[in-house]
Amino acid sequence: MAARGAFDEIWGHGGPEDPRPEFAALSQWVADTPASELQRRQQSAEAAFRQLGITFAVYGDSDAAERIIPFDIVPRVFLQQEWTRLCEGLVQRVEAINAFLEDIYGERRILREGLIPPELIYRNEQFRPEVAGIRPPHGVWAHICGIDLVRTGPDEFYVLEDNARTPSGVSYMLENREAMLRLCPELFRDFRVAPVDSYPDMLLETMRSVAPGNNPHPVCVVLTPGHFNSAYYEHSFLADSMGIELVEAADLVVDDDVVWVQTIAGRVKVDVIYRRIDDDYLDPLTFRADSLLGVPGLIAAYRAGNVALINAPGNGIADDKAIYSYMPEIVKFYSGGEAKLPNVETFRCREPQALQYVLDHLDQLVVKLVDGSGGYGMLVGPTATRAQIADFRLALIAEPHRYIAQPTLALSTVPTMSDAGLAPRHVDFRPFVLTGSDGVRVVPGGLTRVALREGSLVVNSSQGGGTKDSFVLLEDKAAGQSQSQRQSQ
Amino acid sequence: MLSRTAAALYWLGRYVERADFIARLVEATVRLDALSARPAGEAAWQSALAVTDTDDAFAATGQSYTQSHVARFLTLDASHPGSIVRCLEMARNNARAVRTALTRDAWTAINRAWWLFQNRASTGGATATLNLVEQVKGETRGFEGSIHRMMRNEATWLIQLGAAIERADNTARLVDVKYHLLLPEDEAVGGVVDRDQWTTILQTVSAVTAYRWLYSDGLQPTNVIDLLISRFELPRSLAACVEEAVQLLSQLARRTGLQGEADRMARARMARMQKTRTPEVIVSGLHEYLEAFIHENSMLNAAVARQFRFI
Repeated sequence: MAARGAFDEIWGHGGPEDPRPEFAALSQWVADTPASELQRRQQSAEAAFRQLGITFAVYGDSDAAERIIPFDIVPRVFLQQEWTRLCEGLVQRVEAINAFLEDIYGERRILREGLIPPELIYRNEQFRPEVAGIRPPHGVWAHICGIDLVRTGPDEFYVLEDNARTPSGVSYMLENREAMLRLCPELFRDFRVAPVDSYPDMLLETMRSVAPGNNPHPVCVVLTPGHFNSAYYEHSFLADSMGIELVEAADLVVDDDVVWVQTIAGRVKVDVIYRRIDDDYLDPLTFRADSLLGVPGLIAAYRAGNVALINAPGNGIADDKAIYSYMPEIVKFYSGGEAKLPNVETFRCREPQALQYVLDHLDQLVVKLVDGSGGYGMLVGPTATRAQIADFRLALIAEPHRYIAQPTLALSTVPTMSDAGLAPRHVDFRPFVLTGSDGVRVVPGGLTRVALREGSLVVNSSQGGGTKDSFVLLEDKAAGQSQSQRQSQ
Repeated sequence: MLSRTAAALYWLGRYVERADFIARLVEATVRLDALSARPAGEAAWQSALAVTDTDDAFAATGQSYTQSHVARFLTLDASHPGSIVRCLEMARNNARAVRTALTRDAWTAINRAWWLFQNRASTGGATATLNLVEQVKGETRGFEGSIHRMMRNEATWLIQLGAAIERADNTARLVDVKYHLLLPEDEAVGGVVDRDQWTTILQTVSAVTAYRWLYSDGLQPTNVIDLLISRFELPRSLAACVEEAVQLLSQLARRTGLQGEADRMARARMARMQKTRTPEVIVSGLHEYLEAFIHENSMLNAAVARQFRFI
């Protein structure tokens, strides 16, 4: 636990005077640009975000119903070979997640072979018996995965969490890049940064590829809970950049197992729905009956094979924190090889031996609720007070199966603007992996979240974290230079 | 286009127009209050409330009819649905719900107008109030400008239709109240107070210069009425709003194939408008005429909602 001594993505272990050799030029750029200038650009980006309404709501904080996520001007950078390696691991992992979902809601071979304790599935709130036996169109379950990664050294990447339900943040990846292009154009002259703006096209291709039947012109929509949802900006942004309708449940009606959208010209049949509504609220006839957000009959239409839902209902079982600890086994079971991207070491508190270890080392571990998210319901041992540790101890003993624990890793840092100028701050990273009937795609980039407080490891936006642009450098440096020469002429 | 989107666009147009109108009304009333030879004071502010149909709501607050109270009520009072801040909030909610149908410019214009009012508790004195409403006008103009740079399609036309119908309503209310409630019984027509009132009306609809261009003889109430009711040249006149609604409805019909009751109502009204002679209107009762117009306007509003399947 410490910023000091942690691996810095740009400075390595050397500090500003002795950066990683590949990033000398970037380090130079940071050094040459006065802090006041960086700050000015950063403020200008944030003003633009506010004006564009790139905001999110903080639950339980009525004073700040809408906030922007702080933006940091210094990018986080991947070398191409780092990225290539990461991608191999990501593709392998997401393919395994899809195979796992297909299996769990189908034959359940993995349970029969005894790799995962069956009660971990059957007693899991994320397991949806309602969709068992339904095979989604073209057999794709996790069309959009956001895999949270952390790094502890030059070659040490770990998966922290798999998000296979409705991962958000991709709009920040795109907007952060827009801001950087506008505010720091010189960076793009000097470095060949892989573009991320093909994401909406890739997403639309992915959506079309899973349309039921062989409809050459499927109608695709984005389904949002509405404009009071914290991620509404992203929902509208995605619909907008794909050129498809953003709908609310009230716009949809299911008739005879077919989904229709109500337009001023009457009803139009819908083929593919990128839904940003949780399973619970999708269809009051199948899931929560008290939900007003859902579309009655939607699951029946899905069962009948008339509509593709992105992501498939029931996916929560694959990104559940209790299942996470089995991911290395899951990857091996379905891909036949070792996982290329390792997990963070995880103690399953449901296992007595692990529980004892966790109780003995609470001040060194991060303890998480298996069904928690957004940084809620978690204990960060090294920074927790004695009272917090005591509370968690009681909670753990009372309901051990609800918790997992992980060692606090020396998360990598990236130079970040602080009140005292540039300083290393811990980051994590969420790339977005798309799976269609025609294969798996990863756009070269993702969302880098940064803990803005010194020493903090909590990067969640709901807990005051910020974001950075994430550059993937293309290898062809010569081309980059000639481009830069052309520009300067 | 989604039915919900159509409704939100239309109401977006209405709310932005309403915010703009209230801003103009407050501006004109500040002038009426401060600049006239004999300050109209309370009466001026009472009339501003009457125009926006919020006199009862204001009375319920128990405040006195001073500039600071009424101006605050009309601009910043978040508890009262007829204030500018609430109109902008409704406009923004509608705009957010249909962001995908708007351009970035159009959305940021409305979002900026809304931010203008956040965390603002008081309007301040006359100068500060004028600055505030000037800013609102600037933002709404910016929004209108951005609408004219959107694709010429049903999204744009629905916003404009909402604005045209709202504008007709506002002008009709303005004339009705100013003509009948404000002219004190013992004040001679053409007297000082009367003159200020008529100038206020013209200022509210930005038509002071237009009046001078169109009418050679000084400020005559009949001419002001004529300008605001039947001159197609003036964008805020009833005639211009009615004509604009007819045109927008036909453009929508051509694009969407949706044509019906709303078109028939709008065209019939247009035909009547072309035959309207101001002196006859005044003789047979201006108030009744305006009341009928306002009623008809709300019927047209309902017909539009049915025709485009608003939900």
